Amino acid sequence: MLEAREVTIKYGPRVAVAEVSLKLQAHEMTAIIGPNGAGKSTLLRVLNGGHRPVSGEILLDGRPLSTYARRTIGRHIAVVAQEADLRFPVTVLEFVLGGRYAWASTGAWGWETQQDIQVADDVLRQTELAELSGRLMNELSGGERQRAVLARALATDAAVLLLDEPTANLDLAHQATILTLVRGRCDRREAAAVVITHDVNLAAEFSDHVLLMKDGRTVAFGPPAEVLTPELLREVFEVRVLVDAHPITGVPRITPVHGVRR
Amino acid sequence: MTHADAPLDRKIAFHGIDVARVTFRKTLIVCVVLLVALLVLVVLTSLFGSERIPIKASVYAVLSLGRHSCGLTSDQSAILFEIRLPRIILAAAVGASLAAAGASYQALLRNPLAEPYLLGISNGAAVGTMLALVFFGASIWSRPLLAFSGALLATLVVYRLAHGRAGATPERLILAGVIVTTFLSSAIVFVTTLMDATRIRSFTFWLLGDLSGTTTSLLSLALLVAIAGTAVLAANARSLNLLMLGERDAFDLGVEVGRVRLVVFIAASLLVGSSVASSGSVGYVGLVVPHLVRLSLGSDNRMTIPAASICGALFVVIADTIARTIIAPRELPVGAITALIGAPLFIYLLKRG
Repeated sequence: MLEAREVTIKYGPRVAVAEVSLKLQAHEMTAIIGPNGAGKSTLLRVLNGGHRPVSGEILLDGRPLSTYARRTIGRHIAVVAQEADLRFPVTVLEFVLGGRYAWASTGAWGWETQQDIQVADDVLRQTELAELSGRLMNELSGGERQRAVLARALATDAAVLLLDEPTANLDLAHQATILTLVRGRCDRREAAAVVITHDVNLAAEFSDHVLLMKDGRTVAFGPPAEVLTPELLREVFEVRVLVDAHPITGVPRITPVHGVRR
Repeated sequence: MTHADAPLDRKIAFHGIDVARVTFRKTLIVCVVLLVALLVLVVLTSLFGSERIPIKASVYAVLSLGRHSCGLTSDQSAILFEIRLPRIILAAAVGASLAAAGASYQALLRNPLAEPYLLGISNGAAVGTMLALVFFGASIWSRPLLAFSGALLATLVVYRLAHGRAGATPERLILAGVIVTTFLSSAIVFVTTLMDATRIRSFTFWLLGDLSGTTTSLLSLALLVAIAGTAVLAANARSLNLLMLGERDAFDLGVEVGRVRLVVFIAASLLVGSSVASSGSVGYVGLVVPHLVRLSLGSDNRMTIPAASICGALFVVIADTIARTIIAPRELPVGAITALIGAPLFIYLLKRG
């Protein structure tokens, strides 16, 4: 699996991520939370080889990530970023088949095989997009489109899923749908996921580990119950929070206390 | 979207898949049909011209590839095989080159308005060609070589200018194209002053796209580059499909973005360079043709690039036939005809956003 060892990333003189380590385990979901500018997205890009760390290293199955060909990384690591740029009309199916790119034999136009179609059809059904497969991406609603982006990531068959705010701009039900699908992939296969989110309650409910970051540094790492404490959250977000147990699931439930009303 | 009716829905969806998706078979059929249409068009347009040539005899003569005179006089035969056909074949090569290059620029730069002429890339090639004519007039190969270098240089400059801190917006790209175009236009004027007055008129004509002044070696080069360049671009079509959705997405999915970009820039610059070296700047072909192809066949580049290439050939052959017959015996530059069709379409695309 994927492992980051004391990774440091700089943008010019500014340190974006400082000596962060993270080891992913199969069947586990890790949530990264922290205020804006904490270096969460930068860490995610470094995990995917999109940035070179100035020190430390990223290992994929024990080998440095930089020694892999781009196409090979595409078969091991899938990224769900925020919305795709859709200036040209593409159908949902064509979009999802993009996830099979890294599996194509090079050259010769790279036509999809029957297996590619089968995989695409499977993930489209998992994400409940099968009926929409012939529709254009820009005709979809926000929730459907985000599911299509996730479907494309699932279509890569990658063992590592990196998701950068996959639930931003989605309503309550769709947030849960996306994370349930990711959770399902981790549970059923030898897969691991990293999810950046601003929703601490979603992190508490869906993740096995939480990485709490501030100013590019790791503040805490561990199971949600150990990391999502009033003290740590107050230190990182500089707001007072109330943490109690969710009455149904028992996971930590975080409620900010702004003190506007008494 | 319940699970109970999933099997039925799935069948419908699968049906939809096979209709909507571009496959190798579908692409092959479309390309073969278009190639046959191109062949028919080449034979047909060779019959048009200020000199009347017996239709039946010339069709036979063309189909026998010039081996039999089929009752044509030697003058008629010369007009057909030494003037008309080379010009028609050059028109096809130029159209194929510009349309394939345009389709690829559009995918790579994620902008349906990207076009070799509008981005100043044709002008870059024109400056290269003119410099070759002024300084290395004796060497025939210096023209396509410098045209290619000029096109590549202009491409890289436009790409750099268009990429601001916030990425490349469509507006920024077009503005970068305008800047490069105007700068190179003044360079063209400057080089023109180095020429003697008698050549200036023919150069103004050539700048607007003129297919009449070709040589056998330039014609075969243009044809070879058109085919090879289109093949290289088509081979990168699936990578371009992902690049159309953004460089970061493409990178994440396993595309070696830097390598693909370089290959596409070089292949497209070769296409633009060879067509400008042989016929000047024929504008708007790379805009009109890929747009119509996408409209009718979808935006999968594995279809768009080869189909646009053949349709580009069809388009310029028709445009040039109009250019050389509409006010016969005088001729218009073919670029005037393509711009007449292309400029309104550009405005339409711009307004539609």
